[in-house]
Amino acid sequence: MSTATHVHEEHHEGPASGLTRWLFTTNHKDIGTLYLLFSLLMFFIGGTMALVIRAELFEPGLQIVEPYFFNQMTTMHALIMIFGAVMPAFVGLANWLLPMMIGAPDMALPRMNNWSFWILPFAFTLLLSTLFMQGGGPAGGWTMYPPLVLQMGAAFPFVIFSVHLMGMSSIMGAINVIATILNMRAPGMNLLKMPLFVWTWLITAFLLIAVMPVLAGAVTMLLTDKFFGTSFFNAAGGGDPVMFQHIFWFFGHPEVYIMILPAFGVVSQIIPTFARKPLFGYSSMVYATASIAFLSFIVWAHHMFTVGMPLGGELFFMYATMLIAVPTGVKVFNWVSTMWKGSMTFETPMLFAIAFVILFTIGGFSGLMLAMTPADFQYQDTYFVVAHFHYVLVPGAVFSIMAAVYYWLPKWTGHMYDEKLGKIHFWLSVIGVNLLFFPMHFLGLAGMPRRIPDYALQFTGFNEIATYGAFLFGFSQLLFVYIVFKTIRGGQKATSQVWEGAEGLEWTLSSPPPYHSFETAPVVK
Amino acid sequence: MTEDSIKQANKRLLVRLLIVVVAMFGFGFALVPVYSVFCKITGLNGKTSNEVAKDTSGPIDDKRIVTVEFLASLNESAPWEFHPEIAKLKVHPGEFYHIAYYAKNLTDQPLVGQAIPSVAPGLAASHFQKIECFCFSKQDFKPGEGRDMPVTFRIDTALPAEITTVTLSYTFFKLNEVAHQD
Repeated sequence: MSTATHVHEEHHEGPASGLTRWLFTTNHKDIGTLYLLFSLLMFFIGGTMALVIRAELFEPGLQIVEPYFFNQMTTMHALIMIFGAVMPAFVGLANWLLPMMIGAPDMALPRMNNWSFWILPFAFTLLLSTLFMQGGGPAGGWTMYPPLVLQMGAAFPFVIFSVHLMGMSSIMGAINVIATILNMRAPGMNLLKMPLFVWTWLITAFLLIAVMPVLAGAVTMLLTDKFFGTSFFNAAGGGDPVMFQHIFWFFGHPEVYIMILPAFGVVSQIIPTFARKPLFGYSSMVYATASIAFLSFIVWAHHMFTVGMPLGGELFFMYATMLIAVPTGVKVFNWVSTMWKGSMTFETPMLFAIAFVILFTIGGFSGLMLAMTPADFQYQDTYFVVAHFHYVLVPGAVFSIMAAVYYWLPKWTGHMYDEKLGKIHFWLSVIGVNLLFFPMHFLGLAGMPRRIPDYALQFTGFNEIATYGAFLFGFSQLLFVYIVFKTIRGGQKATSQVWEGAEGLEWTLSSPPPYHSFETAPVVK
Repeated sequence: MTEDSIKQANKRLLVRLLIVVVAMFGFGFALVPVYSVFCKITGLNGKTSNEVAKDTSGPIDDKRIVTVEFLASLNESAPWEFHPEIAKLKVHPGEFYHIAYYAKNLTDQPLVGQAIPSVAPGLAASHFQKIECFCFSKQDFKPGEGRDMPVTFRIDTALPAEITTVTLSYTFFKLNEVAHQD
C-alpha cells in the first residue's frame, strides 16, 4: 500500500505512475475510471453474446450454435450486462461525481473503495471461466430457478461464488456512497440542496444494502441444497421450489430500480443544463424517487403471476405495481416541464437524455401492460417481456450512462469530445436500438417464447429486422469507444463550466479537476 | 467537522450499515419459515397438512356432493410404478372415505420413497383432512416389491360452496440420495 500512504502524507501530490497506481489507488477519480472502463469491457463481452443470440435468431431453424450453447448465451448475457456493465457503470459515475458534487475531497472510505472495485475482475473471471468447464456455463436463465439450476454441471459452485463476490462488491460500494453523502457534504449543503444525481444514488445505495444480502442468502441456499443435503427448495425434503422465486424476486424487483434510479438522476442533471432552466419540481423528484424505492419492496410477485397465487394476491400485486406508475409519471412530467419554454440546444448528452425520456416511457407503458394480471398470463415468458425490459434497460439505463459520459467527459479529461461524431453515434444508436427492440413487442404479442433458439416460420420477418438492428446498434458502439479514447488523448480545451447552462459544484473545479477534488470545502449558500 | 471527527463518523456509519447487511442476509433465510407458516395458515400453494387430522367428529352434509380426483406422479422418473386404484370419487363433505394408491419398485435394489401431497384448488387444502396416509412416513420397498398404500380422508363441511371438484395429487420422490429430511 505504498502509494496510499504516500498520497496520504503529501496531499498535494498527483497520481503515482505505472500499474501500481491503478492497483493500489484509493483516489475516487482513479477508481471511477476503473469502474467505467471495466463496465465498458463487460458491455462489449455481453454485447457479443447478444449478437450470437441475434445471429442464431436471424432465421428459423438451427444455424450457428447448439441450443445448449444458446441457453448459456442468454443466461450469461443477462448476468454480465446486469452485474458487469450497468451496475459498475453507475458505481463508476458515483465515484467520479459524488465527491465533486457535494464538495468533498474524496469518498468516505477510500480503501474499501479500492477493494470493492478489485473484487469485480475476479468475480467475472470466475463467471466467464465457466463457459470452458465441463457441462458449460449456466444455462437455466439468470434467475437461477431450482430445480433446473441444480442440474448445472461443474460450473454451479463457480457461478454461485461469483454472484457472492459481485454482491460483496456492490454492498461495499453502496456503504461507501452512503457514508460519503451523509458525512462528507460541504458546509451549507443540506440534504434538500443536493443535486438529484446525489439523491438518487443515496436511495439506490440503501436499496443495494437491503437486497444484495437477500440474493446472497438465496444462492447460498441453492448451494447447500446441491451439496449439503438441505431441502430449502426440494419438495421431497419438505421444501418448495416456488419459495426460491419469492426470495429471488424480493431481491430482483428492487434490483431493477437499482439499475434505473441513478439513470433518473443523470437525466435530471442534464436536462436543466440544456434547457437552461432549473429542474422543475425538485422536491417532488426527491419524494417520487423515495416512493418508487419503497414500492419496489412490495411488488415482487408480479414476476410470478402464473405460479398459482390466489386471486387476492394477484390483485394486490397488480394494484401495487400499477401504483409505481404514479411517481414515475411525476418524474416524466417534471422532465418535460423543465424543457417547456426553455432555450433548448441539442448537444449529444441532451439528445441521449431526451431519447431516454421518450424510450424509457415506452418501456414503462409495456410494463403497465405486463402488470395487468389477466393480460400477463398471455405475455408471460414471451418476447413481449424481452421487449419491455430491454426498452427500460438499453435506451433507459444504458442511454443515460452514455449521456452522462458525453456530459461529464470534458470535465473529466479537460477536452471537448467531437460533437459531430457524438451526434452520429447518437443517431446510429437510437435507430439501431428501436429496430432491435420494437419488433419484439409484436413477436411477443403473437406468441413467440423467450429463451428458445428456434421459432415458427411466421416470426421470421420481425426477427430479421431485430437482428439487423442488433448489429447496427452493436457496431455503432465501436464509434463510442473511438470518441471516448480520442477525447482522453486530446481535443479542444474545455472550460471549467464546459456547458453554458451547467450549474453545480463540479463545474466550479478546473477541467480536468485536481487529483483531490475539494481540499478546502466550498461553502454552499 | 474536523478530519478526525469525520473519520469517526464514517467508522460508526460503516459498522451500522454492516449490521444492516448481516441482518438482511439473515432476513433472506427467515423468509423460508415465514413463507411456510404463511402457506400453511392460508393453504396457499396447495400445501396440505402432512399430519394426522386431530378433530374427527363433526356433521356429515349428505345433500352436497364433491368430486375428488386422484393424481399420481413421479419426480424425475423415479423407478416406481405408481397410480391410484380409482381416478375419482364422489363424496359427501364430513364423511370419511378410504382409497388406496398402488406402488411397485421396478428395480432390483431396495428403495425408500416419500410421497408429497398437494391439493388443488389451493383454497381447498385446509379443508382436506387425512387420518391415515402413506404420505405420513417414508415408505420402504424391497427389490421388486409392490403394494397398496392406504389413504383415509374426508373433506370438511366448511369447504367453500363454489368448490365442486378437489384434486389430490401425490408426487413420489426417491429418498435414497436425500440425506436429510425435514
